[in-house]
Amino acid sequence: MAGRGIRAVVVWAGALALLALFITFGKPLAPWAFDWPRAAELPAARWISALMRWLLNDASFGLFTFRDLTRAVAAVIDLPYRAVLGLLSGGFGALPPLGWLAVTGLAMVIGHRAGGWALAALSGAGFLFIAVFGQWTSAMVTLASILIAVPIGIAGGLALGLAAHRWPGLNRAITPALDLMQTIPVFAYLVPVLILFGFGPVAAVIATVIYAMPPMTRITQLSLSRVPSELRDLGQMVGCSRHQMTWKVMIPSAREGLMVGVNQVIMLSLNMVIIASMIGAGGLGFDVLAALRRLDFGAGLEAGFAIVALAIVLDRISQAMAQDRPGARAGHSYLLVALAVLVLAGGLTMVLPGAQDYPAEARLSTGTFWSDVVRHINVNYFDALEAVKNFFLLNLMIPFKRFLIGLPWLGVAALLALAGWRLGGARLAALSGGLVVVIAATGLWEEAMTTVYLCGIAVVIAMLIGLPIGVLAAERDSLWPGLKLVIDTLQTLPSFVYLMPAVMLFRVGDFTALLAVVAYAIAPAIRYTALGLQGVDARLVEAGRAMGCTRGQILWRIKLRLALPEILLGLNQTIMFALSMLVITALVGTRDLGQEVYIALTKADAGRGLVAGMCVAFIAIIADRLIQGAARRARARLGLET
Amino acid sequence: MTVIAKSMTAASLLALLSAGGALAQDSSDPVRLTLHDWTGQLITTQLMGSVLQKAGLTVEYVQADYLAQFAGLETGDLHIAMEIWETTGREAMDAATATGNVVNLGPTGMQAKEEWWYPAYMVEQCPGLPDWEALKEAACAEAFATAETAPKGRYLGGPVTWGGFDEERIEALDLPFEVIHAGTDAALFAELESAIQREAPVLLWVYAPHWAPAKFEGDWVAFPEYTAECYTDPAWGINPDAAYDCGKPFGDIWKVVWSGLAEKWPKAAAAVEAFSIDNDEMGAMITEVDLNGASVESVVAGWMEQNEARWSGWID
Repeated sequence: MAGRGIRAVVVWAGALALLALFITFGKPLAPWAFDWPRAAELPAARWISALMRWLLNDASFGLFTFRDLTRAVAAVIDLPYRAVLGLLSGGFGALPPLGWLAVTGLAMVIGHRAGGWALAALSGAGFLFIAVFGQWTSAMVTLASILIAVPIGIAGGLALGLAAHRWPGLNRAITPALDLMQTIPVFAYLVPVLILFGFGPVAAVIATVIYAMPPMTRITQLSLSRVPSELRDLGQMVGCSRHQMTWKVMIPSAREGLMVGVNQVIMLSLNMVIIASMIGAGGLGFDVLAALRRLDFGAGLEAGFAIVALAIVLDRISQAMAQDRPGARAGHSYLLVALAVLVLAGGLTMVLPGAQDYPAEARLSTGTFWSDVVRHINVNYFDALEAVKNFFLLNLMIPFKRFLIGLPWLGVAALLALAGWRLGGARLAALSGGLVVVIAATGLWEEAMTTVYLCGIAVVIAMLIGLPIGVLAAERDSLWPGLKLVIDTLQTLPSFVYLMPAVMLFRVGDFTALLAVVAYAIAPAIRYTALGLQGVDARLVEAGRAMGCTRGQILWRIKLRLALPEILLGLNQTIMFALSMLVITALVGTRDLGQEVYIALTKADAGRGLVAGMCVAFIAIIADRLIQGAARRARARLGLET
Repeated sequence: MTVIAKSMTAASLLALLSAGGALAQDSSDPVRLTLHDWTGQLITTQLMGSVLQKAGLTVEYVQADYLAQFAGLETGDLHIAMEIWETTGREAMDAATATGNVVNLGPTGMQAKEEWWYPAYMVEQCPGLPDWEALKEAACAEAFATAETAPKGRYLGGPVTWGGFDEERIEALDLPFEVIHAGTDAALFAELESAIQREAPVLLWVYAPHWAPAKFEGDWVAFPEYTAECYTDPAWGINPDAAYDCGKPFGDIWKVVWSGLAEKWPKAAAAVEAFSIDNDEMGAMITEVDLNGASVESVVAGWMEQNEARWSGWID
């Protein structure tokens, strides 16, 4: 053990020394190792553009074109969408949509069925909040597209996960596909999606599903593989058919994990609300954008929190539904209550117009309060904030950025290949080194390094803050529900809402971008740390206590070590989240791959956008595989896996 | 017949030909107009939509991104985009019209103005303003500097995607300034608002028609006036060796539609082509909404009431 440790130190010290030597003296000798020669750049953008043109315009199955097929899919999704939209917002001809009273009442009935009075109150409060703050119409438009996107995402993710579980070959094939779906910024494939599926809510639903489905697939695979083999044997013994095995044995026992997947699909779908509104979905996302263009922070916050309210109500109801509640009344009596609510609310609208549309006089608004708060901070504390910002920028961020951009791609490729080899053998070495070379070959090296710099610092800060908070939440159970509310809020509140006030206080640039990335990426750092620590076997903790360990020792020597795999998964997700914020940071003027994607969108250059998007995905894949390698080694060392 | 002949435009002529010589009937399907996220565009579009409704057409508004909308216009999922700015949308518009699926139906009558802009209180520190040569003085540049740019002044440019040639302009006119790009329109004006609240120095890209120059006191920097040669011919202007030694161009704001519009809704195509409004009218309406808190709908309804003679001319 000690010998191996020393060998590792020697290998790494040697490699780093070589790299340092190369950086210092190598530039005149081999300039091509620093800047990829322009003549040898891969014309990948041109190839992809040509492929896209063919796919969008010419690809044909003989009787119908590829576009006809995708348009048909869009038409199929459009039907239920129109139905839900009509029910919630537009009405059908002369028939009005459900009023706010009816929808709120229904939500409470569903909440009670799923989780008793507490959940009924929460659901009611969520919808009441939306009505009182005047967000009703937009919120129902958003809810309609979410109610379509989420089931598609869950069903699709579950099906794909099941298939991957059954056929390991498929598993290997879809893993990179999932990585690409989750990490290529949506802006990169927005134009092709619009052409294939038509401009409007359906295209927005499809873009949402592409982005929100991968976690469901991943978690399905993971949870199914964790089902104890005794259970499977039991299923075989009692003679389950394949169908019964899947639905009666495997899925119920993997339920807890699957619900994490459902939670993520809901959260990520609501996270797409802003981008969806740019391509015709309208709703709350549009309100947020329009409010911030007017710099009306209050209106932006109100619309933003309406999104959060939807997310929390949907999530809590779906979580509660998954848990069996003994003593829940039979379904049909709830159906009766729901019908009664509808009839009652419908009757009320006849005599009381305020039951249909929430009366304008009774609305609340924060008005200019939030703008005034920002103004107050701006006028009184700007100089202090500026000093803090300049300290960070000049002493930490800018030097680190210069350092990374100055690195030779060849050296980075070699170093990452070495890391891959140490953590996972020759295949991982070839993958990490090879992807670095591909990034360099696209000519986007500087943008890629800017991306690594911004996300790297953000991930370190997010972990530094998130880990202790996660530990604290796991140690004190009473903190968890409140904290969960905070992380769900951070994950679904559109970052635009706090990005623009941040611009006022910190100007445009990398520092503001960093704040936004950290705010978003901190959620998984907290969530997974807490989950990991809560899951530590209580008997081990008890044994530690019996041996006379102090609280600190139990935490450091036992809990944190055993929770290491989950914490590493949290690190992985923190990196993914940080990378997915790139497009947003482009909006405050960073010059990274996100900006490249954004520029490509404005020039309608599908090839350029996808190439930059794939570079983001490659960075994510390298990070993910290396961390997985580390996690495997950690597990092996702890004896959790053989 | 004379009335018809008079209102017959190139677009409706096209429709006429394709309909085999007979006047085509307008389809009863909804015409889709795109809404973006700035007030002026919302007003322009809803004015157009109201006019089309008066002409008996069904109208649907679709919220769409300024640039992403071209994908929809090309496929015919969207039909009318009322504000494509010469200054920011030219490239995307050219790419779209080149496909043959999108047609430019001419200017809206509004002129986009874009230039470097400073708040009025900055004149104290740079007494020579608005003349651009005042910016050449070290003290003036210093007044606009921040820690990152010092001793150069900081000029906040538009998003990279807007182009604008500000780096080239600074080079050609030898100005001691550095361009920092805002990522979006919203970020640009957030910085302006922040600086104005503190009466702090700021020099940035502002455009009109917009609420900011109406709300805040300030002025445009007066560069040598733009001509086409200035951008193409280095010999032109103060610096004989460099192009871009002048201000930014003024530009039209264009109306752009799906090429099938004239065939499916000839009336709509003719009305869009006839639509015209000027900067002052629009500026007044934007101020009404953004600064006085009126709703877009009420402002549009007010305009429709007062200008009945004008818009009815567009639809008969």
